[in-house]
Amino acid sequence: MTNYIIRRLLLVPVLLFGVTVIIFAMLQFLEPVERSALYVKDFPKNEKQIEGIIKKYGLDQPIYEQYYRWLVGHVDPATGIRTGGIIYGDFGYSRTGSQPVIDMIKNRFPNTLDLALWTVFPMLSVGIWLGVKAAVHQNGFVDQAARIFSIVGTSFPTFVFGLLVLILFYAKLGWFPPGKMSDWVSQLIFSGQLKQYTHLLTIDALLNGRFDVFWDALKHMILPILTLSYINWATFVRVTRSSMLETLRMEYVVTARAKGLSEKTVINKHARPNAMLTIVTLAGMQVVGLLGGVVITETVFNYPGIGQAAANAAQQLDVVTVLGFAVFNGFILIVANLIVDILYGVIDPRVRLD
Amino acid sequence: MTTLTTPSADNSLLKEVLPDRKIGRVERILGPENYRIVKGLLKTPASILGFILIGIFVLIAIFAPLIAPPVGNDPYKIPRDGFGGEPKPMGTEWKKNVPDIPFWYKAVTGKDEWVHLLGTAQGQYDIFYGIIWGTRTAFKTGFIVVVATFLIGVIIGSISAYYGGIVDNILMRIVDIFMTIPFIMMALIMAAVLTPMIGRSLIPATLALITFGWMGYSRVIRADILSVKQRDFVLAARVAGVKDGRILFKHIIPNAIFPTLVLASLGIGDVVLSFAALSFLGIGTEIGYADWGQVLSFARNWITSLGDYWYIVVWPGLTLMFFVMGWNLVGDAMRDVLDPRMRGKS
Repeated sequence: MTNYIIRRLLLVPVLLFGVTVIIFAMLQFLEPVERSALYVKDFPKNEKQIEGIIKKYGLDQPIYEQYYRWLVGHVDPATGIRTGGIIYGDFGYSRTGSQPVIDMIKNRFPNTLDLALWTVFPMLSVGIWLGVKAAVHQNGFVDQAARIFSIVGTSFPTFVFGLLVLILFYAKLGWFPPGKMSDWVSQLIFSGQLKQYTHLLTIDALLNGRFDVFWDALKHMILPILTLSYINWATFVRVTRSSMLETLRMEYVVTARAKGLSEKTVINKHARPNAMLTIVTLAGMQVVGLLGGVVITETVFNYPGIGQAAANAAQQLDVVTVLGFAVFNGFILIVANLIVDILYGVIDPRVRLD
Repeated sequence: MTTLTTPSADNSLLKEVLPDRKIGRVERILGPENYRIVKGLLKTPASILGFILIGIFVLIAIFAPLIAPPVGNDPYKIPRDGFGGEPKPMGTEWKKNVPDIPFWYKAVTGKDEWVHLLGTAQGQYDIFYGIIWGTRTAFKTGFIVVVATFLIGVIIGSISAYYGGIVDNILMRIVDIFMTIPFIMMALIMAAVLTPMIGRSLIPATLALITFGWMGYSRVIRADILSVKQRDFVLAARVAGVKDGRILFKHIIPNAIFPTLVLASLGIGDVVLSFAALSFLGIGTEIGYADWGQVLSFARNWITSLGDYWYIVVWPGLTLMFFVMGWNLVGDAMRDVLDPRMRGKS
């Protein structure tokens, strides 16, 4: 086990290096002066300023030196002030957000996290339940229905599904609005009447004992949750079904049946836990995907998470901001994948020997 | 010996094991394993429905000029009926830039004048035109991206599998890195970086999809080559002193490429889906280009009144969904056929 974890940990620096190199390589398409947003707030105006900034921040240096500066920063020997350095969280200055990129991430990541938290439960429970049902009744009605459900689900572009539920539940029925919160809630927060302990709106509302705020937050999240769940259910049902079918053919399942155990026990106690092994990986990947900021869903529902911010920045060609988000996203993905892999090794002994 | 290759009538036991089966021309060309894949794809109702859907879209793409006669020089520019902001509902009379009446029009609609069949989007872009010519855009981008990613994937995967060892290790770690990178974020960056340089067009999104879309193919071909590499004919070629490159390209790849090829050809659905998503986010083609994601992105400005303007979402949205579904239905059947656990069962 230790061996497996060490091998997995050794891969992390390689991935981090690769991801940052590729992201940094993208920057090289920009003019040196455009890259100055990595270090300075205001876009330099006259020729002289431009020269000075390019010199000061080494934007004319060889690429590997610029990469090093971008990665660990550069300390000015005279003043001792460090500029740049993504490992310290200095991702540069966002022109579209008019604030440092890291502050934008800090403001918006709690929203993305909030949405992810509430999506995980329906996504996993319904997906797995339906997949197991489909496998147990292979080729039966549930199975066929689940099959159609999942094919339609994988074919539905996220944004089309999102827009369709918006038409139905917002424009026609007026039940669930887009956005993040109603005006009166934002006033509450602004006036400091709603204490922000965690910056996750639903959790804060509960901690403050304000169930009306909680309900308002949930009401705004229901449509994104539905969209994200539906898109993920499709894959979930398919993987759970095939994993479950494979397990049901195993000899220990035959043995369990031969012992005279009830079908319920065979499925719940013997088959399902083993089929879960494959599902854990997929579940991990999808939860990680949710944390990475679900760009399209957040954009459709105008939900102020990191995905929406990245999409807005890209649309206005603010490369430095998108870049910051991508690096942050990459870090999350790498760490979360590591956790999933290690967990997987804990659950399934076969993985460790690979 | 002859009894073994062509079982005679009195050899009943052998006949039972090796049923006397006619080998058709298609099977002889493709070889038994590939033939099984093709046959499996044509067998289930779902995949046949998928082929029908794809077929319909192919016909629409081919006959686009007849279905929606182009107005002006560039048929991919959606014709505009004026410049008004508000979308107009279906059946509104077409006033400016009216196209020629196609041959089917009177018979199908029973009208003499050309109307906006599916309404107009913001800026009076005709949605029907967007959908019909958008089909061509979909095939075009899908085809380019699939061919490019397939070639990159095959080259990287086969080098990795053939040389093995450290080369394999390095290349596969590169694949890992590319798979870790959040795809849509990188596509956003690429588009944001490239758009000022080459302008709004199909190119930035296409390049982004190519750069971050080849990894799957390289893994599949690598696995197939690893198994073909072990076969006797490769060893024989090596013993005969054939050069590495020749062994790889003449002997191994032709025998290992078919599953990847099928996989790639079905990748068009996914590519078109991602492309539409990028377009929807506003980083695809220029405004007014016949492209499904582009038409759908108009809806973003009308979220509060989508109840009235539902047609700017529903028609292009369903078109995109059926397109992707066609490829998915076939792809689903193929997954079953290619699954090694299912081999020999059909």
